[in-house]
Amino acid sequence: MSETVMLIGKTKESNDTYTMEFNWDVPATPGQFVMVWIPGIDEVPMSLSRIGKTKSITVKGIGEASNAIHKMEIGDYVRLRGPYGNGFSLEDHNNILIVAGGVGVAAVMPAIREKKCDTIIGARSADEIILDEVAKKYSKNVWISTDDGSRGFHGNAVQLAKEKMSAKKYDLVIGCGPEVMLFFLHKACKEKKVECQLSLERHMKCGAGVCGCCVMDALRVCKDGPVFNTKQLDELSDFGSRKRDTCGRVVNLR
Amino acid sequence: MGKLEVTVGKLRFERPGMVASGIMDETGDSMVRMFRSGAGAAVTKSIGLEPRPGHNNPTFTEVEGGYVNAMGLPNPGIELFREEIEIASREGPVIGSIFGGNAKEFAELAFKMEDHGTVAIELNLSCPHAEGYGAEIGSDPHKVRTIVSAVKSSVNIPVWAKLTPNTSSIVNLGKAAEEGGADAVVAINTLKAMVISPELRRPVLSNKFGGLSGPAIKPVGVRSVYDLRNALDIPVIGVGGITNWKDATEYIMAGASAFQIGSAVGTRGPMVFSEINDGLRMFMIDNGYRSIKEMVGVAHE
Repeated sequence: MSETVMLIGKTKESNDTYTMEFNWDVPATPGQFVMVWIPGIDEVPMSLSRIGKTKSITVKGIGEASNAIHKMEIGDYVRLRGPYGNGFSLEDHNNILIVAGGVGVAAVMPAIREKKCDTIIGARSADEIILDEVAKKYSKNVWISTDDGSRGFHGNAVQLAKEKMSAKKYDLVIGCGPEVMLFFLHKACKEKKVECQLSLERHMKCGAGVCGCCVMDALRVCKDGPVFNTKQLDELSDFGSRKRDTCGRVVNLR
Repeated sequence: MGKLEVTVGKLRFERPGMVASGIMDETGDSMVRMFRSGAGAAVTKSIGLEPRPGHNNPTFTEVEGGYVNAMGLPNPGIELFREEIEIASREGPVIGSIFGGNAKEFAELAFKMEDHGTVAIELNLSCPHAEGYGAEIGSDPHKVRTIVSAVKSSVNIPVWAKLTPNTSSIVNLGKAAEEGGADAVVAINTLKAMVISPELRRPVLSNKFGGLSGPAIKPVGVRSVYDLRNALDIPVIGVGGITNWKDATEYIMAGASAFQIGSAVGTRGPMVFSEINDGLRMFMIDNGYRSIKEMVGVAHE
């Protein structure tokens, strides 16, 4: 499904991150993503940070495409495709720990709104912590970690998650963030014997499960993912180790 | 039980459906998944001499009845692709799709593909959205004949020519391929197409135009296969918009010895192959067909 919709809201979350809102009344589940077209520049996958009638994406300015999205103003049109992918399966879980790293918090915002969870938001430093105020409204607890100790727990989000898993028994951990963080979060959950669902990313073209350019092993991140569960992650040899470039060549992550 | 094996010339496949070029076939593991989902063979992504990133995004969009794409032939290059073929070949037959700018390049690529271990070569003479490649050379019967003939002299495995429907006569292209010595033709590739965003006042794809695939093009494909079957002695492989067993049966009855599936891997999922295998078996039992071969071309009778 694709539609050209109008931008109706723009919120500055931090120095380099904006949330862009638009009215787009299509069904979506927590953890799904859309392909966002920036005419003349690119089309990129972005997690939905809100999934109701009003939807949003939360975008960190890291390249040409994301910086171009930041320049858009209310009233501008944007063409979206999706929503795509398998999101988080939250039914049957009532004791969830959410772990978000950096702008990865965008992908877990719908889950935060839907379930009363404990939430960890981690970043390199205090000025990169985003959406913590919104998370506080919906979560039982919100804990912050920063690598440089400028706010909250001094250390990374996985170290903090380990402490919280030791203190309390969770029945599910969901997470989104840099792959190295997710790799160690998966390990930590195995150690603590807690089920996890993690949202991954790869270079995408079709977004609809056709071209196969985003595969990890034989699973399509766009269609079989982007959220993968413990069992899938256990078997994914590409997880934390390899990705493919736009030609399909292997690029080692470690 | 109805028997699903098919033959294309001297090649035998246990199941009649193959994954079409460009669909879940850029890596060995994804081709293995297609075999395990019920595909009888995998046609690789079209491979060239050098690594190539393809066009910038947007390269793809849904439309009513299918997809329009202009991937622009992204591929890791023939040397690096060897490993993917080795992984896939352990699980099933791999057909190496190649694209070149001239007969010499095609012949070199085919030689390497055979060495990598593919059971046949499919010549991409039909991609509609890459400058200097595909349909730009594949819509000229003279060039088709020259390329097929050059590839035939460089390999011992069967050579299939994948034809473009973006021509006044696909039959003339099929005849040229046959004259060049092709062992089979594959029809059809995508139809040249464009999508424009009214609000943004410009074509959506970065390449502006692309190729239409999916259910919308199925009747075009069925007609092409029907005409090619009439005009040629070599086998025809049908492709274009097959989503269920009825679609596959239309192609077979039009004259296809086997068929390929692309877009439906996205809309139905990889298991579309086993769904179609099951549907074909039931249809064959209900109608007294003992083999796929008995159904090939019956619409001509």
